[in-house]
Amino acid sequence: MKPAPFDYVAARSVEHAVELLAGDTEAKVIAGGQSLMPILNMRLGRPELVIDIGRLDVLNHVRISESGALLVGAAATQTQLLAHPGINRGWPLLATAVSNIGHPQIRNRGTICGSLAHNDPAAELPATAIALDATMHIQSSRGLRTIPAEQMFVGPFMTALAPDDLLIEAEFPLPPAGAGWSFREFATRPGDFATVGVAVQLIRRDGVVADTRIVLFGVGGSATRVHSAEEVLMGSSPSRVENQVRAQLEAELNPADDVHASAGLRQDLAEKLTIEAIAEAWERCA
Amino acid sequence: MSPRGGKGPIHPATPPLSEPSAWHDISLTVNDEQVSAQVESRLLLTDFLRHRLRLTGTHVGCEQGSCGACSVLLDGVVVRSCLTLAVQANGRDLRTVEGLAGPDDPLTTLQQAFHEQHGMQCGFCTPGFLMSLAGLAEDGGTPSSDEIDEHLTGNFCRCTGYVNIRKAARQAFGLPDPEEPSDG
Repeated sequence: MKPAPFDYVAARSVEHAVELLAGDTEAKVIAGGQSLMPILNMRLGRPELVIDIGRLDVLNHVRISESGALLVGAAATQTQLLAHPGINRGWPLLATAVSNIGHPQIRNRGTICGSLAHNDPAAELPATAIALDATMHIQSSRGLRTIPAEQMFVGPFMTALAPDDLLIEAEFPLPPAGAGWSFREFATRPGDFATVGVAVQLIRRDGVVADTRIVLFGVGGSATRVHSAEEVLMGSSPSRVENQVRAQLEAELNPADDVHASAGLRQDLAEKLTIEAIAEAWERCA
Repeated sequence: MSPRGGKGPIHPATPPLSEPSAWHDISLTVNDEQVSAQVESRLLLTDFLRHRLRLTGTHVGCEQGSCGACSVLLDGVVVRSCLTLAVQANGRDLRTVEGLAGPDDPLTTLQQAFHEQHGMQCGFCTPGFLMSLAGLAEDGGTPSSDEIDEHLTGNFCRCTGYVNIRKAARQAFGLPDPEEPSDG
């Protein structure tokens, strides 16, 4: 199919983009378009106006801030992030998650912030952003505000962004020294949307888990942080509480049946991948 | 009409303007030729190439980014032209499968490898495979076997085993045949 008619404006600046977003028309923002274009082509969405921020140099950056955080502008592609020289050393969880997104051909156009703002329930980045305690920098005509990733993702394809909000930058703090990590997903074929996946960050101190974040995707409407499983792990070593972690996943997760997988398969995958990921993150702790 | 072996700038005819507010003037380079045109906001880059420039080597498969048959190089980087608006190509440098070797030129190393290894099945996906690998070649250096396969997976189009395509890709980059057992 072809998109329904819309108007297109290449934003001249961030201010211009948010001014257009604050107007009366039903508008959507495009950067790489790897999520929006399929929606337009299938006519699942019919915006009146498409605002292109992909050419704004001020948003086209992947850089490390003075405080050591990774700043990813809204026009920066996933390929740009993977090419950053500091990414594998500082943010290996993020690099691994991004390398699981689609194919090189998709990552060459797709942006980090675009995937975060789109919030597909099967997407890698929302779960990864929560696991890494990322921060979203949001601009609107009302001003600039900042929210933690954990408050960003509210449901399938739904975020805390208001219709006139523009996600301008995602900030990933440097993980604590010695933190272990793991990213695992199951997809029918490489490059497909994951059926289920999990991102884990874990800190080991004195032979026990001192802190951890366990975030799954593909098991509900949005990325799901499993606080109860994290609490079971605290102060223990993963191998000793494996059954309790599994029990918490069984109690907390409630995946639905759909054309891609049954609820039972999703639950089994969630438990298997999470147990494996926790063990791997534990092993990676320095 | 064709940016392949044409003379001077190309200005394809503009269809009747049904929604004047949503039209844009664009100019870009397509296969080393200057192209200027008026395009509707919603026109996909794929359809601009095929319908307006008559460059039908770029194929339309799924129109949702899955199959890769529409792959082109945008500023030297391989992208899905079905997930790119024509207006987004304004000012950019575009290369399609027609831009690899002209009708009277010898085949490129990549095309020759596909020819020699019979690197195709029904052939519908072939332009996309060629452009994905041309994009990989633009990165410079010799890619690893895994990098080649990762690029090939972006063009899977549901035929069969891709054995000859993998052979052709490796030949093009001077790597050993994946199906032949290596010595030692």
